[in-house]
Amino acid sequence: MERQKIMASDSIALPVPRKGALSVTYEWLASADHKKIGIMYIVYALLFLVIMGIEAILMRIQLAHAHATFLTPQTFNRLFTMHGTTGVFFVAMPILFGFGNYLVPLMIGARDMAFPRLNAFSFWMTAFGGLVLYASLFAGGGFLHGGSAPDVGWFAYAPLTSPVFSSGHSTDYWNLSLLLAGIGSIGGAVNFIATILCMRCPGMTLSRMPLLAWMNLVMGGLVLVTISPLTAAQIMLMFDRYLGAHFFDTGAGGSVVMWMHFFWIFGHPEVYVLIIPCFAFVSEIIPVFSRKAMFGYPAMVAATVSIGFVSLGVWAHHMFTVGLPSYGNAFFVFTTLLVGIPTGIKIFNWLATMWGGKIRFATPMLFCVGFLFQFLVAGLTGIMLATAPFDWQLSNSYFVVAHFHYVIVGGILFTIFAAFYCWFPKMTGRMLNETLGKWHFWIMVIGFHLTFDLMHVPGLLGMPRRVYTYEPGRGWEIWNLLSSIGVIFQSIAVLIFVYNMVQSYFKGKIAGNDPWDAWTLEWATTSPPPVYNFAAVPAVHSRRPLWDIKHPDDPDWKYE
Amino acid sequence: MRSRVFWCRGLRALQAALLFCIAAGTVSASAGHPISPTNIFAPDSTPAHAIYRLSTFVVEIEGVIFVVVFSLIAYAITKFRQRRHDDNEEPPQVYGSNQVELAWTVVPVLIVVVLFVTTAQVIHRVQDARAPAGAINVMVVAHQFWWEYRYTDYGFVTANELHVPVSDPKNPTPTYLALQSADVDHSFWVPRLAGKTDLIPNHPNTTWIDPQETGLYLGQCSQYCGTQHAMMLLRVYVDNRDDFDRWVHNQQQQQAATDPSVAAGRALFVAKGCFACHSIQGVMSIGRIGPDLTHLASRDTLGSGEVPITPENLRRWVHDPAAFKPGSLMPAQDLSDDELNQISAFLLSLH
Amino acid sequence: MSSMSAIPVGLPASETPWKLPSRGKVGMLSLIVAESAIFTIFVAAYLFYIGKSLSGPAPKDILSVPAFATICLLSSSLTMHWAIAALRKGKTGSFSAFWFVTFVLGAIFIIATAREWHHLIYDEGFTLQTNLFGTTYYSLVGLHASHVIVGLVLLLTVMVFALLGKVKPEHSERCEVISLYWHFVDAVWVVVFTVVYGLGR
Repeated sequence: MERQKIMASDSIALPVPRKGALSVTYEWLASADHKKIGIMYIVYALLFLVIMGIEAILMRIQLAHAHATFLTPQTFNRLFTMHGTTGVFFVAMPILFGFGNYLVPLMIGARDMAFPRLNAFSFWMTAFGGLVLYASLFAGGGFLHGGSAPDVGWFAYAPLTSPVFSSGHSTDYWNLSLLLAGIGSIGGAVNFIATILCMRCPGMTLSRMPLLAWMNLVMGGLVLVTISPLTAAQIMLMFDRYLGAHFFDTGAGGSVVMWMHFFWIFGHPEVYVLIIPCFAFVSEIIPVFSRKAMFGYPAMVAATVSIGFVSLGVWAHHMFTVGLPSYGNAFFVFTTLLVGIPTGIKIFNWLATMWGGKIRFATPMLFCVGFLFQFLVAGLTGIMLATAPFDWQLSNSYFVVAHFHYVIVGGILFTIFAAFYCWFPKMTGRMLNETLGKWHFWIMVIGFHLTFDLMHVPGLLGMPRRVYTYEPGRGWEIWNLLSSIGVIFQSIAVLIFVYNMVQSYFKGKIAGNDPWDAWTLEWATTSPPPVYNFAAVPAVHSRRPLWDIKHPDDPDWKYE
Repeated sequence: MRSRVFWCRGLRALQAALLFCIAAGTVSASAGHPISPTNIFAPDSTPAHAIYRLSTFVVEIEGVIFVVVFSLIAYAITKFRQRRHDDNEEPPQVYGSNQVELAWTVVPVLIVVVLFVTTAQVIHRVQDARAPAGAINVMVVAHQFWWEYRYTDYGFVTANELHVPVSDPKNPTPTYLALQSADVDHSFWVPRLAGKTDLIPNHPNTTWIDPQETGLYLGQCSQYCGTQHAMMLLRVYVDNRDDFDRWVHNQQQQQAATDPSVAAGRALFVAKGCFACHSIQGVMSIGRIGPDLTHLASRDTLGSGEVPITPENLRRWVHDPAAFKPGSLMPAQDLSDDELNQISAFLLSLH
Repeated sequence: MSSMSAIPVGLPASETPWKLPSRGKVGMLSLIVAESAIFTIFVAAYLFYIGKSLSGPAPKDILSVPAFATICLLSSSLTMHWAIAALRKGKTGSFSAFWFVTFVLGAIFIIATAREWHHLIYDEGFTLQTNLFGTTYYSLVGLHASHVIVGLVLLLTVMVFALLGKVKPEHSERCEVISLYWHFVDAVWVVVFTVVYGLGR
């Protein structure tokens, strides 16, 4: 049996001259290095996460009591529009692109992304998009008048967005900012696909790629065909608003249902764009912290790819109440139920990975376990929404709001926290504090469940969404009050997290290359990695190259 | 480590219990005294009943799935956790199993087939139902932020409070609603009577209800339509047949326009331009932008369910609608106190 | 937990030589997929609105088939193909000639479109605002035309390099990437032409 050659990376640290603040700033602003760009995406998203959280806090204060007067209806309507738009485009997408950017080249043994300058361009387009959206607060009506932030809801249904019903420029800020961000996303997706297909290290066939690479590949492909319909629809809206076109002009015979179709052709696959990278984090963390290989790697790949394809055909389940013909509704019931199958298969595969393992409940694993329970519930409420007649009651109610926050906060945010605890050591060279991490987790669990479990009830009792206040006597008050209280816990949890990051960055325990005893290539290099990632181009023989090195008598390539 | 995981499992069990209590509580409470006038699990009309039966079926199946998967995860995280006295040996590596993958693919496929077939049947039964001979037809036109009801068969128009006859299951007299919009998207949702259906400009829809008990049913607009979306409330009065006929007869009458005690108010209605938006049959009826006021005093509420009709509320509303409904499209009226009193008295006379 | 990194290297000789697709081609194909999705939405809007205009001219009233322009544009794909083939074989002179002809054919297409629009706007009074047909026609044809213009800019840039003698056979890969874009633009025209001048009329 041939022994594999092992080479040490440069372990001699040459003294580095201290750089001035200006040159460090320039280094970051002008960087095309995937690690710096990844970190910029992540930090940018965290800032907007805090802003988004403040918007949520304000809304929940207003909704804690019936007929509250904390906020005017105009302000509330702007808040939920900004909250939703910010969350999808300037928190979730950037943070996932950030982690993907950082990890994908490292995990496939590459030096950088395929197109480093396109990478930087994509980041800055997204970043400017976010700034344009928030510029709306100060422009137009002016800051003291509350600004002219868009107030048409994050899905901006026509004809509410027509010049007749949306005078001024607030809708245009929404439109333009997302056009810019969309260009950034498409650029990022092109980069992911080209990197994963063209830059893998020798020996890393597609079937030996880490699942994170597979899932970012599928996500990239999905972005290409998902963001583009939104871009097209937004160009149409721009033509309507500025050039007097009639795409969504009912006076000229136009169809506003067409906007809904185009928006949801984007909108539904978009949520899979968001969740698939989160599946990727879970697929990397659960095996390592259960000390077992991923169960059913080919099934996981097949399930992800089929989710990608099927998710393109489910969009009109957001339109069950619009009055499509019965056979149309039935078709979308079928496809929506269908897409639940590969998703369920993944949950079973993660479960099987843990089964028979030796689970270490470090903070990354805690968040992944939380994700498993919560994503299960979110999937089940999703199936309720998929059965169209049930949806005729539940659609546009707080049940839907509870469902999607269950996925986004309970699923996506929890796995993002897991990813932070897992890869912060690699990015900064220091561990996050475990004790603080556990406080973060448990307080987050309490707050999340208090808010979002109970939020299902007002929906079942008839409370619609996007309402700045509600009538007393409909049985909604107590649930709203408790949901609002849950926000306090979530805020505390996030503050603990931010404090943990800042404190650990300066004083955290030194991580070393491989603090978790993991198996993928990013753990083969230093923490943080040198700018060139690997001192020598790696070559791999199996899905877990570091397992092969650590267990030369029992390597993976014997079994795959 | 051990105590932490027990905590973990304990909290998870608590979460499961909480969820079940909520679901069970809501479902069972609806069976008896309703905990909410807008509870979707307290149906009183055939479409709502059909949805309710389907929804309980779906929730039951999902309950089983939840218990099974939840238990498996809970078991896994307790049984297979690393214990303090464990050696550092890695556990046996299992890469997969085709039989297991097949099993947990086939079972979900079967569940999907069952759910799909049941759902498709209910969709067809509700959406494609034909109106029987005794059906009442009302055209609903949604506006920002009020509801217009056109009883074309009976020849009158009213606003904000819908009256329908109760329907006897043996001899059904459902009400078919033709849904249109005058401006943006809205949605008609009275949970105890039917699922919601949207009102979309240039895209007429229909829905139907056949309430089997008299009473007042509440709901509200459920598609974000602008500033006052939250206050576009729905009130559906289900009357027995006699009361309904009497109500129809009253709505069909024009206002006499001769009562001297409110002549001043009537004159103001014309002089101040109110007629440009509002119609009063028998006085002036060209206004289409605002609700029809012909029989305003026969209604219970003002501003689409917002506040009860009292002299004080009428005065305040006419003076400045934004005090009740900021963002309402009716502008504040520049009237003196006397004029407000006169207008209010006139409006209160419109039975 | 090793503090020294251990990068696995050394592919055993038994494995096949490591060959991955070209970044440029994969990148351009990905971009083409995204652009196709955008065009699909505009085509869908066009198809949906056929016959739904409430007033104003219908396609058969005012549209005339741009046969000459279409022939030019589609031929330019052929000349582009010949240009790349020539460059691969090292014939830089033929490359420059074919590349130039491609550019000219594309420019003719744009000029013909501009003339058609000038006629529609100034002689027929038909604009984006006229009716649903106007909205969808100008958007779809205009979106395609803007992509042709971008292509012409790419072609012009390479042409300038070629005239300066800087384009060598080793650059054929990069020129091929540009040719993929150009072929895409032509393929889209086939669809747009069929939908607008075929089905719609």
